[in-house]
Amino acid sequence: MLIKRSEARAGKQRLAAAYAGLSSGGLDRRAFLKRAGVTGFGLSALGAIPLTTVRPAKAGPVDISKPITRVKNICTHCSVGCTVTAEVQNGVWVGQEPTYASPINRGTHCAKGASVRELVHGDRRIKYPMKLVNGQWQRMTWDAALGEIGEKLMAVRQASGPDSVFWLGSAKFSNEGAYLFRKFAAFWGTNNVDHQARICHSTTVAGVANTWGYGAQTNSYNDIRNAKTMIIMGGNPAEAHPVSLQHVLSGKEMNRANMIVIDPRFTRTAAHATEYVRIRPGTDIPIIWGMLWHIFQNGWEDKEFIRQRVYGMDDVRAEVAKWTPAEVERVTGVPGAQLRKVAEMFATQKPSTLIWCMGATQKTVGTANVRAYSILLLATGNVGKEGTGANIFRGHCNVQGATDFGLDVTSLPAYYGLDENAWRHWSRVWGVSYESMIARFDSKAMMETPGIPTTRYFDAVTMPVNAQTGLAQRDNFKAMMVFGHGGNTVTRMPEAVKGLEKLDLLVVADPHPTTFAVLANRRENTYLLPICTQFETNGSRTASNRSIQWGSQVVKPIFESKDDYEAMYRLAGAIDAAAQKRNMTFRMQAEVFKDLEIKDNAPTAESILREINRGAISTGYTGQSPERLKLHMQHQDKFDLVTLRAKDDAPAEIRGDFYGLPWPCWGKPEWRHPGSHILYNTNLHVKEGGGTFRARFGVERNGVSLLADGSFSKGSELTDGYPEFTTAVMARLGWDAELTAEEKASIQRQGGTASWATDLSMGIIRVTMEHGVMAYGNAKARANAWNLPDPVPVHREPIYTPRTDLIAQYPTLSDRRGFRLPNIGQTVQNRAKDLAPNFPIILSSGRLVEYEGGGEETRSNRWLAELQQDMFIEINPRDAASRNIRDGAWVLVNGPEMPQGKAVKVKALVTERVGAGVAWMPFHFAGWFMQEDQRSKYPQGSDPIVLGESVNAVTTYGYDPVTFMQETKVTLCQIRAA
Amino acid sequence: MARMKFLLDSDRCIECNACVTACKNENEVPWGINRRRVVTLNDGKPGERSVSMACMHCTDAPCAAVCPVSCFYTTADAIVLHDKDLCIGCGYCFYACPFGAPQYPRIGNFGSRGKMDKCTYCAGGPQADNSEAEFIQYGANRIAEGKLPLCAEMCSTKALLAGDGEVIAQIYRERVQRRGYGAGAWGWRTAYRETVAI
Repeated sequence: MLIKRSEARAGKQRLAAAYAGLSSGGLDRRAFLKRAGVTGFGLSALGAIPLTTVRPAKAGPVDISKPITRVKNICTHCSVGCTVTAEVQNGVWVGQEPTYASPINRGTHCAKGASVRELVHGDRRIKYPMKLVNGQWQRMTWDAALGEIGEKLMAVRQASGPDSVFWLGSAKFSNEGAYLFRKFAAFWGTNNVDHQARICHSTTVAGVANTWGYGAQTNSYNDIRNAKTMIIMGGNPAEAHPVSLQHVLSGKEMNRANMIVIDPRFTRTAAHATEYVRIRPGTDIPIIWGMLWHIFQNGWEDKEFIRQRVYGMDDVRAEVAKWTPAEVERVTGVPGAQLRKVAEMFATQKPSTLIWCMGATQKTVGTANVRAYSILLLATGNVGKEGTGANIFRGHCNVQGATDFGLDVTSLPAYYGLDENAWRHWSRVWGVSYESMIARFDSKAMMETPGIPTTRYFDAVTMPVNAQTGLAQRDNFKAMMVFGHGGNTVTRMPEAVKGLEKLDLLVVADPHPTTFAVLANRRENTYLLPICTQFETNGSRTASNRSIQWGSQVVKPIFESKDDYEAMYRLAGAIDAAAQKRNMTFRMQAEVFKDLEIKDNAPTAESILREINRGAISTGYTGQSPERLKLHMQHQDKFDLVTLRAKDDAPAEIRGDFYGLPWPCWGKPEWRHPGSHILYNTNLHVKEGGGTFRARFGVERNGVSLLADGSFSKGSELTDGYPEFTTAVMARLGWDAELTAEEKASIQRQGGTASWATDLSMGIIRVTMEHGVMAYGNAKARANAWNLPDPVPVHREPIYTPRTDLIAQYPTLSDRRGFRLPNIGQTVQNRAKDLAPNFPIILSSGRLVEYEGGGEETRSNRWLAELQQDMFIEINPRDAASRNIRDGAWVLVNGPEMPQGKAVKVKALVTERVGAGVAWMPFHFAGWFMQEDQRSKYPQGSDPIVLGESVNAVTTYGYDPVTFMQETKVTLCQIRAA
Repeated sequence: MARMKFLLDSDRCIECNACVTACKNENEVPWGINRRRVVTLNDGKPGERSVSMACMHCTDAPCAAVCPVSCFYTTADAIVLHDKDLCIGCGYCFYACPFGAPQYPRIGNFGSRGKMDKCTYCAGGPQADNSEAEFIQYGANRIAEGKLPLCAEMCSTKALLAGDGEVIAQIYRERVQRRGYGAGAWGWRTAYRETVAI
């Protein structure tokens, strides 16, 4: 290639040299750069880089004499939704060009986005289906693999029931894949179907939806350009969402805005802040209450906004009164004067926005945290306008869409829940009888009971079945179907190993083997199915700001990989064949794929989206037809950078639309609703994307109205609060007469009554919109959410806290049950109290810019892997000095729940980035497990270039009471020199 | 003719490394060779600042001055390129370069390092534009296609600018005036013997 060298020698060296980085002390990027200084790299430093050179030029150069096709797709890494323009020649992806037309990324990428082309060259992808035979990977055909899997699934179903199979889906699915997977699980007859949202923003969804209606980012990345003050709390977008920083820094520069970062760690984002507040991990609520204390004390709150649009703020005042500056400083370590300054900026230099990520959510108090954040926004009137809002940065590229489509143990697609109404609605959409759906489940009760979340799957394998003290379903998990999910992303990995080893069947369907394939000592009944990336198929994905973007297939699936649609379609067929062999009447394929267009053994993405458009009414996923989405991708340059609105020079069929038709996009595609850029924005007509807070929680509580008071969206005929619309409300207002004959007939077919969300004709939405009224009602947001364990958030010490003196005053919640399982947080906290002296350092985890999620895909990408070759732990110089630990040296880290004598071995990065008493590890590594190198357990040639210890081998017990979100941000550890 | 330069706004750089992988992607640069890299100063401390570095395509380039075989040449756009067929891998340019740009495939002394490799400003080498021979030795030639270097085009926060020196200096000037601060065009005094006056 670039450097002439003997091919044969280089070929042999490539692997060896890649590994050399691990074993011969290849320096991590940060340490390397530190030592190298700025001007000139010493040759000694150069020598430490594992050198290897030649790789056959498979792709380039682009032959400019031959035609090049340009295809647009969306980056498959984070939720920003950067457009990727691929240059394809001869069926090969030969180049990547910047996409200046995209209003989201304007040509730019981060390290991951700029290297996605490598994913479909994929040296280290799974190339064909495989299974473990006596501990060795053996190649097989798709038909044989699916046949055996179908057999084993039916065996489990027969012996243990449908709930014994865990369907783990993915935030990397397209919307269509996510929806199909949820539907698949429903037809299998279980609610045990989950995905990564459980471990990233499940608490956001629960907390925010319980506050004002929808659990999603209220504004957008672009809209941050309008903010005058922004607080980034519990997030590091400079590494996790780098392209978002383009908007954040532009806003900061253009408005001379305040950019405040509140975090235990001085992150790369904090380096660009105007104010940095270092807190003790796990004290978010005292910080927010401490800010509100100053706000209420000085009368900086938005009194009119609270009066019109917020319920229960007085209950918050009572709690906030306890958080005097002295108490806040005692608990969080933040001086009162600094917090006063931040509070004043946030409340008085408006518009203000609060940006958060997993630092807020991955906590035992995650739901309460995001509730407190939302309440701060409400108290200062910073919701529903430009430059304000809860700018929640989601994680994976389609975690928003996969959440919306109910890859979730608590809901059917589009947040309908699991009650009878929900099942009846979706049965109608699917064209099957409700009774036939009940027959697929163990019982109607199980059909309406939330399933087991991914944070606890291994407990569901190993825990005794007992409705009071153990697992509350017929039998344990016996089989696990893992589509697009890493095995190192869930806490308590030593326990996970035990669970995985006990499973009768483990199927990993993924472009890469993932940690699941190697973590446990399985020798049989383990299958790998090669699934292609989203670049090798079609489909839409929803970015964090709810904009939906259509990705077109760049190249055909490489090797023998298939897309998710085909894998599911053929798996359904294999299950049917196995059922037939057993003389069972159970069938999947004909019913699941009934109304879908099947082409080449797979349903088309377009036909799946059309089915979504018919059914996902509650979230306004109905106006985004494939045709409209494709037009948006085609005319990206016509959308305004800040307002995201298609300008006057745009073609008529998209003019006035918001980019990507951010949901809710009400009604039928032909109505041309523009989508909703900013949620709950009363300054716009509902037909123009305006809205109100949703009336989800009734009309009054204890004699106090829950409906808005004198606030309404622009042009509304109802000038006060109103409940959500049903046929009964329509009749009372006399608006039912305005329904067309066709709409009336449709409602009649449904049994004569419907709510706005179950009315398949969408007549209720159409008529209410004509009156300028929001079909979902116009209510107050709830500062007091009485249905949650803590209606008003209160501080609770982490389960494993070094401040054992605070446990008595701020204990975790009492032991309880949820999701068919016990949650014994308090028992563990009481035990942890005695362990704390032996584990004096707080351990937190987070993200690196080069890697994504569990990291298998990105650690297999040679352009990314080169930049980050070692798993490390950040440790403060004071803690390092007292332990005799030097920068770059190996250290052993162990946690209070690890098996006796075990530890993880990582490199020390001695830095002031973390405070004294705090350590931090990235969570993307796997392949070493408690000092065991598992490289040999990967199928040959599919091992990631970089392996390392997983932080989750050290992390501990701790689950949010509402969503069973795991605690990854605060636990304890001990570190010693290796 | 334009005078092509790089300009790095260190107040914007977040060390996302997009420039690094964009370069790898576009030029198929092998493992171990880093034509561009991001350096962070005061890592983890207040005042932390990141700088993306590659060959700056200097005025009167010092690498060219010390090269014993005169393998360097400057294009009409003032891009500093070199001829690998002439390079003897002596490493003098590495010592002369104030930015650490030259890279070598092997470690060793006196010509055993292999042919020097460095940022070409995505302008290829002496062979015919966009020929296979050019790509194999030097990587892409975007300049010949009328495009700018991919590292700058893909920079996540638009911290790294590439293009005609006057144009990018003006973009930076306006940016600094609007926001009220700016650490200056990093490396310009060394590379181009001038600074961007605000």
